[in-house]
Amino acid sequence: MSSATPTLADYDHAIETFDPVLGLEVHVELGTATKMFCGCSTAFGAPPNTQVCPVCLALPGAMPVVNATAVEYAVRIGLALHCSIASWCRFARKNYFYPDMPKNFQTSQYDEPIAVNGYLDVQVDGETVRVEIERAHMEEDTGKSTHVGGLTGRIHGAEYSLLDYNRAGVPLVEIVTKPITGTKASAPAVARAYVAALRDLLLSLEVSDVRMDQGSLRCDANVSLTPAGNPVFGTRTETKNVNSLRSVERAVRHEICRQAAVLEAGGRIVQETRHFDESTGTTSPGRSKETAEDYRYFPEPDLVPLAPAPEWVEGIRASLPELPWLRRARLQQEWGLSDLEMRDLVAADAVGLVEATVDAGAPADQARSWWSAYLGQQANSRGVSLAELPITPQQVARVVALVAAGTLSAKLARQVVDGVLAGEGDPDEVVAARGLAVVSDDSALQQAVDQALAAAPDVADRIRSGRVQAVGAVVGAVMKATRGQADAARVRELVFSTLGVQA
Amino acid sequence: MTAAGATPDLPADLTRASAADLAAGIAGGTVSAVEVAQAHLDRIAAVDPGDRGVHAFLHVSGDLALEQAAAVDAARAAGRTAASPLAGVPLALKDIVVQQGAPATAGSRILEGWMPPYDATVTTRLLEAGVVILGKTNLDEFAMGSSTENSAYGPSRNPWDLDRIPGGSGGGSAAALAAFEAPLAIGTDTGGSIRQPAAVTGTVGAKPTYGGVSRYGVIALASSLDQVGPCARTVLDTALLHEVIAGHDPRDSTSIPEPVPSVVDAVHRGRADGVAGMRIGVVRELGGEGYQPGVLDSFRAAVAALEAAGAEIVEVSCPHFRYGLAAYYLILPSECSSNLARFDAMRYGLRVEPAAGQPVSAETVMSATRGAGFGAEVKRRIILGTYALSAGYYDAYYGSAQKVRTLIKGDFDQAFGAAGGGAGCDVLVSPASPVTAFRLGEKVDDPLAMYLNDLATIPGSLAGIPAMSVPSGLAADTGLPVGLQIMAPALGEAAMYRVASAFETLYVAEHGSTVPLSVPELVVNP
Ligand SMILES: [Zn+2]
Repeated sequence: MSSATPTLADYDHAIETFDPVLGLEVHVELGTATKMFCGCSTAFGAPPNTQVCPVCLALPGAMPVVNATAVEYAVRIGLALHCSIASWCRFARKNYFYPDMPKNFQTSQYDEPIAVNGYLDVQVDGETVRVEIERAHMEEDTGKSTHVGGLTGRIHGAEYSLLDYNRAGVPLVEIVTKPITGTKASAPAVARAYVAALRDLLLSLEVSDVRMDQGSLRCDANVSLTPAGNPVFGTRTETKNVNSLRSVERAVRHEICRQAAVLEAGGRIVQETRHFDESTGTTSPGRSKETAEDYRYFPEPDLVPLAPAPEWVEGIRASLPELPWLRRARLQQEWGLSDLEMRDLVAADAVGLVEATVDAGAPADQARSWWSAYLGQQANSRGVSLAELPITPQQVARVVALVAAGTLSAKLARQVVDGVLAGEGDPDEVVAARGLAVVSDDSALQQAVDQALAAAPDVADRIRSGRVQAVGAVVGAVMKATRGQADAARVRELVFSTLGVQA
Repeated sequence: MTAAGATPDLPADLTRASAADLAAGIAGGTVSAVEVAQAHLDRIAAVDPGDRGVHAFLHVSGDLALEQAAAVDAARAAGRTAASPLAGVPLALKDIVVQQGAPATAGSRILEGWMPPYDATVTTRLLEAGVVILGKTNLDEFAMGSSTENSAYGPSRNPWDLDRIPGGSGGGSAAALAAFEAPLAIGTDTGGSIRQPAAVTGTVGAKPTYGGVSRYGVIALASSLDQVGPCARTVLDTALLHEVIAGHDPRDSTSIPEPVPSVVDAVHRGRADGVAGMRIGVVRELGGEGYQPGVLDSFRAAVAALEAAGAEIVEVSCPHFRYGLAAYYLILPSECSSNLARFDAMRYGLRVEPAAGQPVSAETVMSATRGAGFGAEVKRRIILGTYALSAGYYDAYYGSAQKVRTLIKGDFDQAFGAAGGGAGCDVLVSPASPVTAFRLGEKVDDPLAMYLNDLATIPGSLAGIPAMSVPSGLAADTGLPVGLQIMAPALGEAAMYRVASAFETLYVAEHGSTVPLSVPELVVNP
């Protein structure tokens, strides 16, 4: 890798010359209330070192106890990925010194993981790609180091480091793919689609909030290149902590171009950990793995082996929710949407919102229309996701119902939604507070009609004489008097009946 | 011992009374728990400190102990029934078990001054039982040793001869009992750290079945071997303490979710019925070469006494025991190299800055702290264990050692089991320590010679079975105490205590008193 080497090859050229091989390791923080081996809370964002105890601080004498819910979640994940669930498995200690790991070993699983040999089918450009899963295993998260001073924000060169152990011991499941081969030019898209599908799946399993921005789903992307047609894998690099779907795609693409440039210049790829820089879309070298650390794994003697009972595993299998892609296909059919319409809903993360709105009683077309049109614009202009808008599917469904009942016109409905978004309460409260209901009370309307007719006797005469189109002027006057809240059709009927005219 | 409800005649010197008698005296109002605690604190002050003091204690919790004793007296005054059959009795706690309000050092410089913010489960059970904790006792650093000479705070001395070691690692607890500084003590046994000190100080110490007592709050040496156990001067006191501390603990997932064996009943049965009809196996491999003649003579006499009392004596062979020591010194260092990784200056304990001129980083601080804070034996075992677990060596060392462990368990199964040509023994016996107490400094520079002290105790540790040492008398060649080891199948503590109790009864019948009561008068700091 001399400095004369062009740093990046052209992507199309790289793909013609080399076959990319991917390996994806995804860490998921489980959404259990408590940590993997103690009773401390896992809530995100608490003041530093307030969610700690003798166990997760590794005080002398403290001992771990396995969180049964975390095991259940790991089994759910394994089953949803079509893995075999081990009838007997153990935790192991992964020994290495690092200040954010209180015991200086991580309690993980090594050669006896809870789930092995599965797959996940993902859709890439309308094609199904099967990504094979090597294993899913349980482990615990580390604490968080903040390195202060120095240039890189890394431990070396820092003036001092701050340690927060709130995250230490939070349950993780690590999902490791087998090498993903044969993807050619779509390798970056496959990587992204895999992580996206996994995220969807984990969300539907209700085992994690899968917030990539908060680190509850983290992806490490292994990339290697092998000369086109060569069955022997090349040396791989591992790009750590790629924290958005877009970054997964960019990081893989960047590594393909970078490695191709190195190889074409006659260089060799160094097996190393690399860091992805979101701002530049590039990776830079981290710790070299040439002198691979020896983790001195051995079975965790403080924990008894786990032997999930077959009946228990089958019970979990039976309770698995509908897989997200099957659910989407069903909903698309039920709602009568085209592929494109469905894809737009998926892209906007609106499927669940629309479904909940339908469940609350709204017709599918109107539920979809609200979320993809008016609410979509509102979310865009506020720079938030649909789910983050301060309106619930139940509230949207209520607005739809008020329109259907004739209480609201389309224009008033949008004003009611604005009121809900502004925090003025439920739709009915907004209607009452803003006085927005269409006036459908005949006595109030009749009074307005009588007043309008009295104010314009000539128009009344003209209508009586059969020039029915003159009714428009009376309706206009009533609408003005009711500040647009009257139902125009009903006003028209009342004008004719008052004047004894057959419409 | 007196009948339940009756008030015993307590000796004028309360420190010479048994725990059972003290508890009965306190419950019956003959004496207050505060008086008992004060008598023991006075005894500690008299014999423990000084250049030639026993030095059983690293920390004496005088105020805490008197407070606990006063609470027991107050409960009695308020008419409440005693919290346990040991309410108000003082105890010496090995300084590897954490107790709030008392520093915990594990005998190491690296933890000097650390105040644990929580109680071990054992500590909680003791306090709930009304047991009065006098203080923390000395031990080899992180329980690695057989003499307490590896303590960073200096060795303890054997009350039978102050120039000799009290055994280890739990030498402080054993010496406290033998010196009448406490009638009860807590030990931990990884390869013999309860039984060997009991043997060389003429006291009683039991290692329960692995998982019988919670390890939560007990600073780990080798997690798959460590076990907490009761120590006392009589078998009954040991059994009473056993029942207080044993039982399942949800905070230690290796603790056994089974009822605690009725060991106190077993002691009474041993006194009443003796060993008639019991089958006792003598392990051929635990004797002979490496065993002191005086120890073997005492052991043979003990076996003869059991036989005369009606036990059937059979010789059993446990061929894989010869690999026990080697396997043990792979498993223990491997686990301890990992368990001791947490002592890194980041959160508690000693913190040493790197030498001048060296860069200051987390690594260099960890390295400087561990270099300064750990003693030679601890470093030796961390290095051994780190090596044994290394990629490429794991199978040859740790893996093979685990296989030996399985084979040793098989030997025990064969000795205890009746089926398939098994010997069908109720218990197995051997000397608990191959030698009587040796001189301070005698083996301190020869780690291999030191390791041999655990020759007889290690097989039981590797198999996770219960085993105890009860005094068999004094060795003719040295005049020092010898321990009889009694081993039973997992959860077979009742048979073990029955034999121990029967033997103690036979011994008292022949010699007029138990071994601990025949210890010479201590003359410290003359
Ligand atoms: Zn915790």
